[in-house]
Amino acid sequence: MSDLRIGVFVCCCGINISAYVDVPAVIEYAKTLPGVVYAEEDIYACSNDGLTKIKKAIKKHKLNRVVVAGCTPRTHESLFQEALEEAGVNKYLFEMANIRDQCSWVHMKEPKKATEKAKDLIRMAAAKTMLLEPGDEPEIEIKQSTLVIGGGVSGVCAAISLADQGFNVIIVEKEPQLGGKMRNFDSLFPHRQKVSEMLESLLQKIQTNPRIQVMTGGKIKSVSGFLGNFTIDVETRTGTESLNVGTIIVAVGADILKPKGLYLYGEDKRVITQSELEEILRAGSVDANRIVMIQCVGSRSAERPYCSRICCNEAVKNAINLTQQDKEVYILYRDLQAYGITYSRLEQEAKQNGVRFLKYQQEKPPKVTAETDGLRINLYSPTVNQDVEVKADLLVLSTPLIPVTDARELSQMLKVPLDSNGFFREAHVKLRPIDFATDGIYVCGTAHSPKDVGESVAQALGVASRAAIQMAKKRVRIAAIMSEVDQTKCSGCGICIDVCAYNAIRKNEKGLAETIAAACKGCGVCGATCPEKAITMHHFTDEQIEAQGLAALMEE
Amino acid sequence: MSTFEPNLVGFLCNWCSYAGADLAGVSRIQYPTNLRIIKVMCSGRIEPGMVLELLEAGADGVMVTGCHIGDCHYTSGNLHTMRKFALLQKLLAKTGLEPQRIKLEWNSAAEGQRFANLVREFTDQIRVIGPNPIKAPNPEQRILLNIRAAKEAADGFRLRALVGKEEKLATEGNVYGEKVAQDEFNEVMEQAVETEFQIHRIQLMLRERPRSVKEIAKNLGLNTRLVLNYMVALRQRGWVDIKDAVEGTPLYAAQ
Repeated sequence: MSDLRIGVFVCCCGINISAYVDVPAVIEYAKTLPGVVYAEEDIYACSNDGLTKIKKAIKKHKLNRVVVAGCTPRTHESLFQEALEEAGVNKYLFEMANIRDQCSWVHMKEPKKATEKAKDLIRMAAAKTMLLEPGDEPEIEIKQSTLVIGGGVSGVCAAISLADQGFNVIIVEKEPQLGGKMRNFDSLFPHRQKVSEMLESLLQKIQTNPRIQVMTGGKIKSVSGFLGNFTIDVETRTGTESLNVGTIIVAVGADILKPKGLYLYGEDKRVITQSELEEILRAGSVDANRIVMIQCVGSRSAERPYCSRICCNEAVKNAINLTQQDKEVYILYRDLQAYGITYSRLEQEAKQNGVRFLKYQQEKPPKVTAETDGLRINLYSPTVNQDVEVKADLLVLSTPLIPVTDARELSQMLKVPLDSNGFFREAHVKLRPIDFATDGIYVCGTAHSPKDVGESVAQALGVASRAAIQMAKKRVRIAAIMSEVDQTKCSGCGICIDVCAYNAIRKNEKGLAETIAAACKGCGVCGATCPEKAITMHHFTDEQIEAQGLAALMEE
Repeated sequence: MSTFEPNLVGFLCNWCSYAGADLAGVSRIQYPTNLRIIKVMCSGRIEPGMVLELLEAGADGVMVTGCHIGDCHYTSGNLHTMRKFALLQKLLAKTGLEPQRIKLEWNSAAEGQRFANLVREFTDQIRVIGPNPIKAPNPEQRILLNIRAAKEAADGFRLRALVGKEEKLATEGNVYGEKVAQDEFNEVMEQAVETEFQIHRIQLMLRERPRSVKEIAKNLGLNTRLVLNYMVALRQRGWVDIKDAVEGTPLYAAQ
């Protein structure tokens, strides 16, 4: 490839970039860069029109390298790479300059400097592009089976959907039985359907489906491999079993906070949580006449800043059920989150049934005092601007869903991230809400964040579809971002084998190192470590990284 | 206030810190424009020599960021980053450049605000230190020589092999099964860094023109006996040889 023909496409992203970066000036500058033969502006480079324009320009100007300056490669690189392939250019001859997320959006008050930085970023990308080499992606077979971690309602629904589509599914549940947290509940909002009815029919489907294997009392011990070929060791009561699957679904659910030390919980038997109330209701009726509920116990606080989403509706539902047993119910809330069509109707119904709603303020939480004939609750009501006292036979605390205790351990084994609250974090909040950034691993239900059963099931069906899409392809190409050992330079010291976290390097019959392409994840630690500098980290070579760095320091 | 605008380069790992930088953008958190970001898959990809090369080329500061310890996308990549950065710090200390010109930080994908703060702090820090002295119209030759020697030492077999073996030496031990304590390893490393740094300084000087041990000793501010020892090591590696002799004093030249 002696004749370098780089095309630079500068995206305005509507006005997200062009409002802060002088795009025409950037394009004029890009045209002066070595190797660049063409540069143009796009309103939305990622739109159908934009991609078509890029493909046409590649053909018209015989481009053999492409730089797109726009948003972040983390979300859009693959889209542009597809366009390159369609236009007959290898997808590894592509580089993005991140002039939106890391430029226009963070320098909104400094348009001149933002423009200079955009030019620099494009110069850096072009410098790397000049040194890029086409990559060949090895193809591997995708195992037609899924591991579902967690046998709650999300995991069970995902498993049934996948089995219905013809894939084999293994559910690993750490508890002795399936059903998850739903087992504790009495009924589901908004229609107050009995949990037992719904759960039984689901579990029936699991038992009768020959494609679904269930391992209860199982704990994930280790995970290795990649999309299409994961190996998972599961510890069961009878020993360790090794599973081999193509995709993994994380449906571990959440725990319910036990609010020790709050509102006499754990000290007075008349103080229980909302889920403990459900268990009582499931068994029969409540031995109390006046019931007070407090919302946001242990949530929306400094320690746990998030809203747990389900507690308001659960409280309202339980309150309605209690009024039907002629109980008197008070709900003490901070902000009632009765969202959407069904839940706002539920709130109205509760009010019609005589449930009393009393607002309290976070900085003046209710005070609970135990008395022999009941509990005394004092609070300041901002609505009427005065102190209020309520007597209760039973106090019910609405506590949030919290991440399961082994979430971190599991996230490290799967190499997927958790968010700042400790829940599993999706690849992209809007565009890839149930994928992880790691291919072949998906998340659904309350493992991801607090949500109700309907939302969890929707996600479960979603991940079943996401996993099925990959498995239906039968084969997958794996990224050509991998290391390669130059056998003429290798001394056989074996240090690369020690530092590789994936056992992706082995010694060949000559005692020299070689990379196992399918196992290599492309981190580049081996390349950075090899004492002989015998390892090339493709797509992130020493020369490419250095060229980018030196280009960053060049004066315009 | 000075008008000095530092040129900063940041190496960010794809999974945590680059995503954190994107989040700063999505959240519209504003920070100074001085940092130029280079994405790598893992911070463990960054070699001390790469950072030293940028400092030699005039970068006012170089930042490396990765996933928090324990959260590495590649499980242990950032532990390697840490070891490599420790070597980089030791080498930089020899050159006479300010240690604050390099920075290693961990930043998660959820820490957009933190990333913006890091860039702001680093930019401010470099503004205080001032421009990289290498960029001066007549840069001090000694610093230039030092930084080149540091880079070559960083790229050389001995230091790379030592860093590569650090983990195994600590956990599994050496070929005799003796585990090496961190203090002990640091001492070995410190000694190796000094030797490699001096050896590469001498070699660089000899690449310019043949010189005597005495001249080199004077130039580098080392005692002649020490330089003679290094010269023996250099000859053993086949990097230098005696080219000539003036009035009975041998002159060495790079091979």
